Amino acid sequence: MLDAAEIWSPIRLTLELATCSTFLLMLLGTPVAWWLARSGARWKEVVAAVVALPLVLPPTVLGFYLLIALGPGGPGGWLAGLAGGRSLAFSFEGIVLGSVVYSFPFVVQPIRNAFEAFGDRPLEAAATLGATPWDAFWTVALPLARPGLVTGAVLGFAHTIGEFGVVLMIGGSIPDETRVLSIAIYEYVETLQWAQAHVLAGGLLVFSFAVILSMMLLQRRSGKGQT
Amino acid sequence: MAGPDAIEARFEGSLGEFDLDVSFRAPMLGITAIFGPSGCGKTTILRCLAGLRHLPGQLRVGGQVWQDDSERIFRKPYQRSVGYVFQEASLFPHLSVRRNLLYGTQRRSRAQTQPVLGFDDVIDLLGIANLVERSPGDLSGGERQRVAIGRALLSQPRLLLMDEPLAGLDQGTKEEILPYLEGLHQELSVPILYVSHDIREVARLSDTMIVISRGRNVCSGPVHQVLERMDLDLGNDLYETGVVLRARVSDQDPSLRMTRLDHHGQEIVIPAADFRPGDEVRLRIRARDVALATAKPESISVRNILSGTVERVVEDPETAFAEVLVGIGGGRLRARVTRDAVKDLALVEGTPVFALVKSITFDRPAPGVRRSVRKAPDSLLP
Repeated sequence: MLDAAEIWSPIRLTLELATCSTFLLMLLGTPVAWWLARSGARWKEVVAAVVALPLVLPPTVLGFYLLIALGPGGPGGWLAGLAGGRSLAFSFEGIVLGSVVYSFPFVVQPIRNAFEAFGDRPLEAAATLGATPWDAFWTVALPLARPGLVTGAVLGFAHTIGEFGVVLMIGGSIPDETRVLSIAIYEYVETLQWAQAHVLAGGLLVFSFAVILSMMLLQRRSGKGQT
Repeated sequence: MAGPDAIEARFEGSLGEFDLDVSFRAPMLGITAIFGPSGCGKTTILRCLAGLRHLPGQLRVGGQVWQDDSERIFRKPYQRSVGYVFQEASLFPHLSVRRNLLYGTQRRSRAQTQPVLGFDDVIDLLGIANLVERSPGDLSGGERQRVAIGRALLSQPRLLLMDEPLAGLDQGTKEEILPYLEGLHQELSVPILYVSHDIREVARLSDTMIVISRGRNVCSGPVHQVLERMDLDLGNDLYETGVVLRARVSDQDPSLRMTRLDHHGQEIVIPAADFRPGDEVRLRIRARDVALATAKPESISVRNILSGTVERVVEDPETAFAEVLVGIGGGRLRARVTRDAVKDLALVEGTPVFALVKSITFDRPAPGVRRSVRKAPDSLLP
């Protein structure tokens, strides 16, 4: 009754999605968080609000606009055209992009907080010791923001694993392409395959608990390490 | 007047409550104190010198132009060779003490041929050799500040800037660090600009002082000259008003445990201190510790009685007190006496007097540091 390949496919796909998304989230989120933390621009809170939008928007609204953007008429379609395709909607690449947008605030916020927490002083000290801003960013700012970076990465990863609405809107449920865990669970329940639903749902529950617990322990430890 | 041996600075700008408008010259030698009450703009001046803040103006350090807005020159902090010691040590918590100390060395030594200040010399001078493998989080406040000073020195600066490095520390820790600061002064050729609102620190450490009040430099010059000026309000701290004198050790009296000093032919005795004959000692004498007599008192326990002449009397009509400036041949004392006493003794300019000095503080030699005679630059400023 339990087909191992059928169970493992969404798990593998979800981990691939979360890994790719987290990588992109960190790559894009860190500079944005840095700019939000350090810039004196008056309109930076406008940018911060745009970044935070996915926190409050219903996933269907976000998914709807993403679907248009990723489709043949949007920038996603143009991007797909470069690679010989027609659209980024209903593809693995499409849900990666969707996940990045959807999880962006969860990554940017803790990293921004970490950059803001240590203030100007360590960077000023580095500058008077001959470090260029680029040098100081790598040797002082990033190491000092490490707890925030770890939190951001973990939240981004976990949030991507748990997302449902956006993937459903822009990815549908194509096995091995867009049929991730949450979609698979939804379909198992819809088709009354309770055993499969139990396995996946239980696994997600344990995973989520482990993530939150380890993050709390990590934050407590790094909180102790600083004086 | 742009010489290779001076720091010349001029900055203008708004600090919110008042405008900063300073213009000063400091020697590339010894410790120059930037002195003034809290919130007068001292720290802003230091930040402008380091390039951490950009206010319009000009800055030349030892013949190099670091800032000149008319020429659109502004060197970024990392392009100036300054060491900066903040009020809080500001060590990098993620690096060991050793890697903190070497942070600047690694970045600046590329530009320079050879480090002038060696790692071992600096950690010995600051007494931090046993701390290098520790983490900044494990150090006491005084140790952290010493490491911060070492880190700044090891970046091989042409100029060391210190922003009230002792202000956040308790009295015991201050006393722990002061000898090391005096040691820097004795051993190093790096000029230091030292921001402080504590007249005792300034009198003890610096050779030259620049007095700042509400964003303006009101006066500057050698410390002993500035401290003699009675027209200046040095932070309203009447309790600490006083002068600095330089005297030379003539001999030690081991049986009575006294050290005899010579000040332009007059003898001053202090409780035995670890000096050798010939050493120059800086004495700090507060106005409230000086009493005046018109006849030489006999049978009195006060040991230091210096003869001199009244040079100036300033009465404060708001209080019972007056201040008297007494020339004692080669130096001056300030005495705080009552206006009643001024009237009674008929103290006016030219009156011969005897100054009775009840208490003297003096620079102690730093432990393990060789004392050498230093002369403060006397020629300074327009």
